[in-house]
Amino acid sequence: MHMRNILGALAVTGALAFAGSAVAQDKIKIGVSYPTPTHAWAAGMNWHAEQAEKRLEELYPDVDLILVNSPDPGAQASALEDLVSVHQIDALVVLPFESEPLTDPVMNVKKSGAWITVVDRGLSQPGIEDLYVAGNNPELGRVSAQYMKTRLKDGDNIVVLRGIPTVIDNERFDAFMEEIEGSGINVLDHKHANWNRDDGFEVMQDFLSRFPDIDAVWAQDDDIAIGVVAALKQAGRDGDGMFVVGGAGMKETIKGIMDGNTLVPVDVLYPPSMIATAMDATVAAFKSNGPVAGRYILGATLITQENAESYYFPESPF
Amino acid sequence: MTSASDSTASKGARRASIDLKTLGPAIALLLLCIIGFLLNPAFVSEGNLTNLLTRSAFIGIIAVGATFVITAGGIDLSVGSMAAAIAGIMIIVMDNAVETLGSGVPTVLLGCGVAIILGIGAGWINGTLTTKGKIEAFIVTLGTMGIYRSLVTYFADGGTLSLNFEVRGTYRPVYYDSFLGLPFPVWVFIAVAICGWLLLNRTAFGRYCTAIGSNEAVAQYSAINVDRVKTLTYIIQGLCVAFATIIYVPRLGSASASTGVLWELEAIAAVIIGGTVLKGGYGRIGGTILGALILTTIGNILNFTDMISNYLNGTMQGLIIIVAVFLQRSDWKLGKTKAS
Repeated sequence: MHMRNILGALAVTGALAFAGSAVAQDKIKIGVSYPTPTHAWAAGMNWHAEQAEKRLEELYPDVDLILVNSPDPGAQASALEDLVSVHQIDALVVLPFESEPLTDPVMNVKKSGAWITVVDRGLSQPGIEDLYVAGNNPELGRVSAQYMKTRLKDGDNIVVLRGIPTVIDNERFDAFMEEIEGSGINVLDHKHANWNRDDGFEVMQDFLSRFPDIDAVWAQDDDIAIGVVAALKQAGRDGDGMFVVGGAGMKETIKGIMDGNTLVPVDVLYPPSMIATAMDATVAAFKSNGPVAGRYILGATLITQENAESYYFPESPF
Repeated sequence: MTSASDSTASKGARRASIDLKTLGPAIALLLLCIIGFLLNPAFVSEGNLTNLLTRSAFIGIIAVGATFVITAGGIDLSVGSMAAAIAGIMIIVMDNAVETLGSGVPTVLLGCGVAIILGIGAGWINGTLTTKGKIEAFIVTLGTMGIYRSLVTYFADGGTLSLNFEVRGTYRPVYYDSFLGLPFPVWVFIAVAICGWLLLNRTAFGRYCTAIGSNEAVAQYSAINVDRVKTLTYIIQGLCVAFATIIYVPRLGSASASTGVLWELEAIAAVIIGGTVLKGGYGRIGGTILGALILTTIGNILNFTDMISNYLNGTMQGLIIIVAVFLQRSDWKLGKTKAS
């Protein structure tokens, strides 16, 4: 708390110093704030945000998008203050680092009269944001389970590799199990592989030693799936109709689906490009004649060979 | 143990305690293996045992280096980040060399050469900053830990660095193929362990490490070039990290900011479980290797059972580490002997 006050004070001082040079403009200024990319998914988000900035500013010369990334919640809070005081933004698109510590800072931006779009991670108080854009975690689990049911029959065995123990992971896992229930498909066991390739590899190696009969794997995430595939190939158990379902929409995975990879035949979308969706919708709130407000929950689309091409961005780091 | 006659009782007790100290980690590992077997007989299948040994190789090799650093009274927190940075740079170098050198063995050798040079260089930086810069090892390596980690994030643009597909084909056997039934990483592990054991137990350098760790000032007065020996321990550590990275990269052919996270703590834990004293002055390579095997076995066993909630994995690991060290600090046995 104390630290944040100091940071806030610093930000205000900075704002006063810059106040003279900040010339009022009649451009629509939209601040976009998100965590500094330190893992592949976030790097993809950064890339898509930059793409959307370029595209939207070309389309609407009077729109100015300001992208800011912050390495921790405190820095993000002061970045938000800067966006208001220095840039005098008309709207904010924010992917909060953590819900709790950023609720107040976002509320302050709201008080300045700006439009608020919250992405992916909700705030801890309802009613602050004008628009909420997010992926659908339970849907990701459900869609994965539905696909499993189309490929497997009564009595088949699957194993599940989960992410880092978090609410997101629980939502995905619970929805998956609920959908699988009653289908006769046995979930032999589930372990946390922490959304990480190395852990995916090791957990899968152990599952393979432990269970002689596995028909399919739900890896939940594309990084885990890469480790799982390496373990399957090492054990020579990648044939016989074995398949792995990941999630997110990593470009290598999608390329594989386009090329007809039978081991990873589908992917379930939880795209980092949702930041671009949020930026589009926010600009539309100023430009469109249609109303923009409420909740925009992206579908967890099942990516197959037929539709893979429209989700493939070879230049993105993810 | 207590059957020795009165006159030799104290001597016998001391010998018993030393044996226990040596045997502690081995007993812990044996117990773990029995538990693993009871939980699931597939635990002792050839496939699982090779997986276990191969997996232990990364932490094991790094821990051999850490044994030198810790024995000489230092600490190196940067090894996990160092491994990630070396892996990242190796991949970049090999990917760029494909055009000139092709995707064959020369490219892979170039990558390995780069890894070794980087490892030695990174170790030298840690060592020199500690000795010449007069900064505590904890602070130096905490700093370089952050630096190396962020370098790999920067090189990967926040994402993942992936090795060229054809080079991976050439390099892949280094992790996946076997010689005389043992995968190559295990052979590297064995070679590093033997070299480490000889260096620590059969050379003047090894004795200097122990001397510096027990009392740096006395070592200085005994005409030991303390700075040089200490810097060398960090260079050995860097070299070990390079070896570990060389066998790590062909496994998945990628490096990212999440590569090697917490390896430093696992390596230090392996060293301490093995009987090396954290404040320096006493080091055991054999114990370190057992320590690395114990750590890997815990993770393996937890994957073999669904009796324990996934959320409690850390608790089990923590408990077993503490019990293993408890077995090895055998004062409780000694007390019993004295009482009898």
